[in-house]
Amino acid sequence: MLSSFRFTIGRAPAKPKSWILGSTQVCNMSTEMTHEVVPYKLHRLEKGPNLQVKCTRDEALKFYKQMRTIRVMETTASNLYKSKMIRGFCHLYSGQEAVAVGMEASITPDDSIITAYRAHGWTYTRGVSVKGVLSELTGRSTGCASGKGGSMHMYTKNFYGGNGIVGAQVPLGAGIALAHRYKGEDSVCIALYGDGAANQGQLFEAFNIAKLWDLPAIFVCENNGFGMGTSAERAAASTAYYTRGDYVPGIWVDGMDVLAVKEATRFAKDYVLKNGPILLETATYRYHGHSMSDPGTSYRSRDEIQEVRQTRDPIGKFSELATAAGLLTKEEIKKMDDEIKKEVAAAAEAAKTDPELPLEELYTYIYKNPPANTRVRGCDDTVWAPTK
Amino acid sequence: MATLCKTISSVTRSATKLNQFSRLLSTSQRCSVQMAVRDALNTAMDEEIERDEKVFILGEEVGQYNGAYKVTKGLWEKWGDKRVMDTPITEMGFAGIAVGAAMAGLRPVCEFMTFNFSMQAIDQVINSAAKTYYMSAGQVPVPIVFRGPNGAAAGVGAQHSQCFASWYSQCPGLIVASPYSSEDARGLLKAAIRNENPVVFLENELMYGTSFEVSDEALGKDFLIPFGKAKIERAGSHITLVAHSKSVGLCLEAANELVGQGVECEVINLRTLRPLDDQTIIESVMKTNHLVTVESGWHHCGIGAEVVALVMESPAFNYLDAPVLRVTGADVPMPYAKSLEDLALPQVKNVLTAVRKSLNIS
Repeated sequence: MLSSFRFTIGRAPAKPKSWILGSTQVCNMSTEMTHEVVPYKLHRLEKGPNLQVKCTRDEALKFYKQMRTIRVMETTASNLYKSKMIRGFCHLYSGQEAVAVGMEASITPDDSIITAYRAHGWTYTRGVSVKGVLSELTGRSTGCASGKGGSMHMYTKNFYGGNGIVGAQVPLGAGIALAHRYKGEDSVCIALYGDGAANQGQLFEAFNIAKLWDLPAIFVCENNGFGMGTSAERAAASTAYYTRGDYVPGIWVDGMDVLAVKEATRFAKDYVLKNGPILLETATYRYHGHSMSDPGTSYRSRDEIQEVRQTRDPIGKFSELATAAGLLTKEEIKKMDDEIKKEVAAAAEAAKTDPELPLEELYTYIYKNPPANTRVRGCDDTVWAPTK
Repeated sequence: MATLCKTISSVTRSATKLNQFSRLLSTSQRCSVQMAVRDALNTAMDEEIERDEKVFILGEEVGQYNGAYKVTKGLWEKWGDKRVMDTPITEMGFAGIAVGAAMAGLRPVCEFMTFNFSMQAIDQVINSAAKTYYMSAGQVPVPIVFRGPNGAAAGVGAQHSQCFASWYSQCPGLIVASPYSSEDARGLLKAAIRNENPVVFLENELMYGTSFEVSDEALGKDFLIPFGKAKIERAGSHITLVAHSKSVGLCLEAANELVGQGVECEVINLRTLRPLDDQTIIESVMKTNHLVTVESGWHHCGIGAEVVALVMESPAFNYLDAPVLRVTGADVPMPYAKSLEDLALPQVKNVLTAVRKSLNIS
């Protein structure tokens, strides 16, 4: 079903619209393509997102670069983990890149996102540098949470984590949506969860209140097929996750197609600002195990993973699409790959060598604006440290 | 003036009227009024909603029903749906929504109908509210108040009669307040709503209807009680009694009885349980050389246990003339029958027993 990528090519219009056309070097290239996505499945919606999705050359460059950067960053994280530079839990996003990149493409920095513990890709698309992510993973002061959060707890403006408790971010996301509306902003909150979390009770509490109050929340089930080592079918009485908001309308979207995700998100943002919450299910796949301690092969075959990599890979499919449409050249892609490799390698190097926070920072940021002279107790009664 | 200083029979009055009343008072000459704890809480919220447009209340029955215990009476009528939101009976959902709203810059007051039901939502209180500021290295503060009645009510059985003071006090990142009087309730709640951090605000249902004298100052719109500062309710030189919430009343009653025996108790109302006012306790113990803690919660890992530990680690240890004793709830789930329930909660006689044992008098 997913091999049916089809596209039509839109040649440069007579009247130049972008800088690309002003450049003679790229005069033979397309400036825009139209791609037909795998049909959406709709729940309680008469009309869904467009099946024909346009993509400009600028977008193609951006989407490819972002997806590839996440992939290389996660591979690097895996290596850093194996060399014991990263501690504890580490959940990699490889395979799911099209979801983060496609969603970010249809929202603005004023919109909000909250996700679960598979947060690295989202942190990057929200604007944190590769170095900010990798240094957080290695616990360095230059990490995006100064090394206090770690793999599961990354933050930046309008990005609220990074929540380590399965499902807990979903009510929080509804609350962030409430804040947007309360403040009179035309902004939405995207609250992401996995197919495992889709069975958590608190999700349904959040769906109910969000619909009751018509909050501008886009609930997104990133269905990668497995909640840890348990396949979706073994955990859910209904795996039609896009219908499980009941009275909340839903859309199934091909989560391996960045353009489908982009278009569904555009539709969803528009919808929730007018009508209240919506639920998207993005059908995707994770290549790695659940976390670094899981080889990811005991509950699925290597062949299955290999097949997805060959037939559905979001980056591979998108680059095929964009090169066939003349939006990108193989040379450009190669050049981007080289640059990304260099950028991530440099970030990894910094993540290995940057310092951790000074030890006195253990005691900071427990409370905001603590009274003067507040002391925090250490591990015995001789240790009382100042805080801020 | 005589009319003004008359007792407010507040239960029947609307918040609006009370508010106007306190405005009159604040411009009048010094006098004091009687105010029930319920109205102290109500006026505090009313004034804070007025002061800051980011403040709103949400919870079960807080709006149109006027609050299960009428603490939010009149507020929905006055402020409308935007500022007073009725929620479904789904604690984890609405507590999570409240925390998310706080992360995104609002200042929710999240009412739990009673703190017993906060257990449904404790993950959102501990893991989402208390820890996010630290995990984000200061990027995401969570200014929220979780409030509602805590501790045993009367005749409601085991699941509805429990003190959560020690549960919440254990977690760094939370502030835990436990008011006793109307003045405490007003000053601490206003401080909680203005604070930048998550505050667990433990009220007591049995105290809602109790009236206390409230000073002119405490009726002021900017009357704030600082966290981490206890109040010496009664000065004394022979023994220190440390308590919070309703148990402060037990201590004061016991202190009055002991006067006849020539014993002067110093009664410390903790007001906040996290941070604890170590200094006031230590100084008092160094003066009286005797200490009894009183609380309605269980003894095991309780607030009293923490007070004992802090004294052990402080210079006050060397000033103790007797072991510290704890008066607490009995180590049982709360029974329903009246006679058993009475036996499960600390009474004045338990405080008297402990004081006499500490002082070695009969």
